[in-house]
Amino acid sequence: MKISLNHFDKAFENRVRLQVMSVLLANERYDFNSLKELLNVTDGNLASHLKALEKEAYIVVNKSFVGRKPNTQYTASEKGRDAFKKHLEALENLIKQQKQ
Amino acid sequence: MQEKDIYAEISSIRNLMERSTKFISLSGLSGVLAGIYALIGAVVGYKLVYLEYGGLQYRNYYVNDQRVLWKLFAIASVILILSITTAIWLTIRKAQKKGQKFWNPSSKGLLINFSIPLLTGGFFILILLLRGSYGIIAPACLIFYGLALVAASQYTFSDVKWLGICEIFLGLIATILPGYGLVFWTIGFSLLHIVYGTIMHFKYDR
Repeated sequence: MKISLNHFDKAFENRVRLQVMSVLLANERYDFNSLKELLNVTDGNLASHLKALEKEAYIVVNKSFVGRKPNTQYTASEKGRDAFKKHLEALENLIKQQKQ
Repeated sequence: MQEKDIYAEISSIRNLMERSTKFISLSGLSGVLAGIYALIGAVVGYKLVYLEYGGLQYRNYYVNDQRVLWKLFAIASVILILSITTAIWLTIRKAQKKGQKFWNPSSKGLLINFSIPLLTGGFFILILLLRGSYGIIAPACLIFYGLALVAASQYTFSDVKWLGICEIFLGLIATILPGYGLVFWTIGFSLLHIVYGTIMHFKYDR
């Protein structure tokens, strides 16, 4: 059965973005390199998805340096948390509808 | 989107949330080894104290010979260092086998949260030793170690929390019964570790 995607957040249509968001919900903050290793994606791929989430203001970026190496930390914003919860609720509702 | 896709999506979210917050490469075997080191240490410590004071009869005095005390302190420190080294070594090995990174945000959190109560306890015990209050050293070891385990447990298997609670409980009983420090110390650091390590080994390592 095909289900319409109208209720879903467009920002989470992509798998990597949804995964990034779930990691940031479970953790106070996470850095770029650890995120890359955890999700097993390339630098460029991850960077572009993070950009997209940043553009939606779902995540907050915090750039700093550890020694001379750049260290970029990401945090989920209030808006991002809400959007993620709504998206999960939509998934849940869908399952409920199908069971009826 | 198909129904099974939704389930797959939700389970992948769950899995990621868990994997990103919990460090699950802790080795069970290292718990067993730590227990064995502690047992050897306890036997050596027992010999030291009782050869010095003789016999198995009831002790109505505390051990307060400086020389013996510092020897006991040295034995305990060696056991601690040996146990931590073994745990780190076996854990790195297990992580490598599973193709995971040893140093990640969850292992960092684990180490920091474990170290704060443990170092506090270490300094506390050192101060007790220097001030000559020997009566509650063994209970303090157990209690602070238990607190360290409980604090660290949010970054790893929840079983660690139960080990911590048992250690704290044991430490409190030991406080009520001073003079049996070595007995409680042996139960807490040897017996509990061996039991815990064996359970963890069969539950997760195989």
